[in-house]
Amino acid sequence: MQHALISGAAISLVCSVVGLFLVLRRHSLFGDAMSHVAFGGIAIGLFTKVYPIWTAFIVSVLAAIGITKLREFTKIPADSAVALLLSSGLAVGVVLISLSNGFTLDLYSFLFGSILLISIQDMVTSIALCAAVLIVISIVYRKLMYITFDEEQAKVSGLDVGKLNYLFVVLASITVITSIRLVGVLLISSLLVIPNITAMMFGKGFKKTALISALVGVFSVLSGITISYVTNLAPGGTIVLISIGTFLATVASKYSMMLIKGKGEKLVTSMVDQKQ
Amino acid sequence: MQIAEGSTTAIVDVKNVSYSYNNSFSSSIILNDISFKVKEGDFLGIIGPNGAGKTTLFQCMLGLLKDYDGEITIFGEDTRRNKLVLKKIAYIRQKNFIDRSFPATVNEIVSLGTVGIKALSKEKEEDKILSVIESVGLFEYRNKRIGQLSGGQQQRVLIAKALIADPALLILDEPTTGIDQSTQDRFYALLKSLNHEKNITIIWSSHDLGAVNKLANKVACINKNMFFHGNAYEFFENEKLLKAYSESAMQAHMQLHLNKNPNSSNSNNNGNNPTYS
Repeated sequence: MQHALISGAAISLVCSVVGLFLVLRRHSLFGDAMSHVAFGGIAIGLFTKVYPIWTAFIVSVLAAIGITKLREFTKIPADSAVALLLSSGLAVGVVLISLSNGFTLDLYSFLFGSILLISIQDMVTSIALCAAVLIVISIVYRKLMYITFDEEQAKVSGLDVGKLNYLFVVLASITVITSIRLVGVLLISSLLVIPNITAMMFGKGFKKTALISALVGVFSVLSGITISYVTNLAPGGTIVLISIGTFLATVASKYSMMLIKGKGEKLVTSMVDQKQ
Repeated sequence: MQIAEGSTTAIVDVKNVSYSYNNSFSSSIILNDISFKVKEGDFLGIIGPNGAGKTTLFQCMLGLLKDYDGEITIFGEDTRRNKLVLKKIAYIRQKNFIDRSFPATVNEIVSLGTVGIKALSKEKEEDKILSVIESVGLFEYRNKRIGQLSGGQQQRVLIAKALIADPALLILDEPTTGIDQSTQDRFYALLKSLNHEKNITIIWSSHDLGAVNKLANKVACINKNMFFHGNAYEFFENEKLLKAYSESAMQAHMQLHLNKNPNSSNSNNNGNNPTYS
């Protein structure tokens, strides 16, 4: 459980940070697309008896770079690119699984996560990858922020937007692959998206939003792992349900405060009118 | 070619620029043989109806579009080949692209203007950011999210972001679209002070002939072709030119209407401009 908590915290942190840029670029489903491509890569690994995480990683990075190049040449919309990636990865995975022994326990753990079974070696690998991604993001985050805010303006200011976009998709791919252990292929996009949309409800600046997102993400993961360990529920699903609950609670409290504030203002106005 | 500081040599030289949009089904001319020069300290107003090619012209000048015919040099460099020259240029377009939910404060947006330029110490950078925010009259809003500001305030944030890099050339593409008149007036006053007090060269596209008349010392009229280029007073004191511009603008408006409604019986020529030199 200790390995799970440490790995989970590191993975949720990097998902929050990378996910913020994906959400703001309106690429929320990119994580979903990459995870389905990863599924195809995992199937290749299981079929060829190579460690599936490595094949998933290679396939995901190549697919991310490939789809970016394809969009540049063909100008296909981003959501169509997501659909293309998603269906391609899934199709490859399904075909290879049908050629092998069908759904196995290994495949199940990749689909739905298996953080409670994580070994020390996997924990160290996850932490190293997360640290690498966070270090690179911390170096280029202002350039990424500029591109996210206004890509054309960023180009005019002299930034090499093309290279930075490629760098970002590679970092996003690494993040997705690293997260497979935690929530599985099917639920990764929730780790990337939900903490960030929760944080955006607070209406703060960029740095504070990133910080709130990280706190929400880490809270969801740590509490989700703990609850699933105690109650024997699926950890991936539990984590996602807690993060959804956090989002709904944030929305409810925000609108309650607005209602209270609105009623309070009406009360003050009516008291002032009565005095007059 | 080295441009001497304070000389009357052109810092922007646009020569015989043409641009067409081609796809498998059709080809349309967006710009046709546009030539003009801008000297240091000029305030050039570019006017033309919707669809005249003003934005395309700016995109060619900034190297965002590379497949144009002709030659454009800014500070002696071709922006398609030399990206470093872009650091002397600030570009502001319509504020409509700003996502109101984007989680960034005024301070954070303005600080983006320092990305990619020579790094100052953190303290000096923060001082400069605050100073620039104050110069555009937004100091009290510095910690507010950009989405909470009005259109005119957002535009001033973009100006502040542009100014922080100490540009020598400011290019603005219809920056006052969707902004109320009083805010526009404040915005124009800011542009005037940047040009007169800081000697920043400004190239500005606008539909507001009144504002262009007040602020610009040079005018260029385009509607796919170069209609007029010269001193502002030569344009605005010439009734024939103004009338020809109005007719041209009306023709362009009608042509756009025909393009959207091809079954309309109101036939037209090809939108050719009457030419006046």
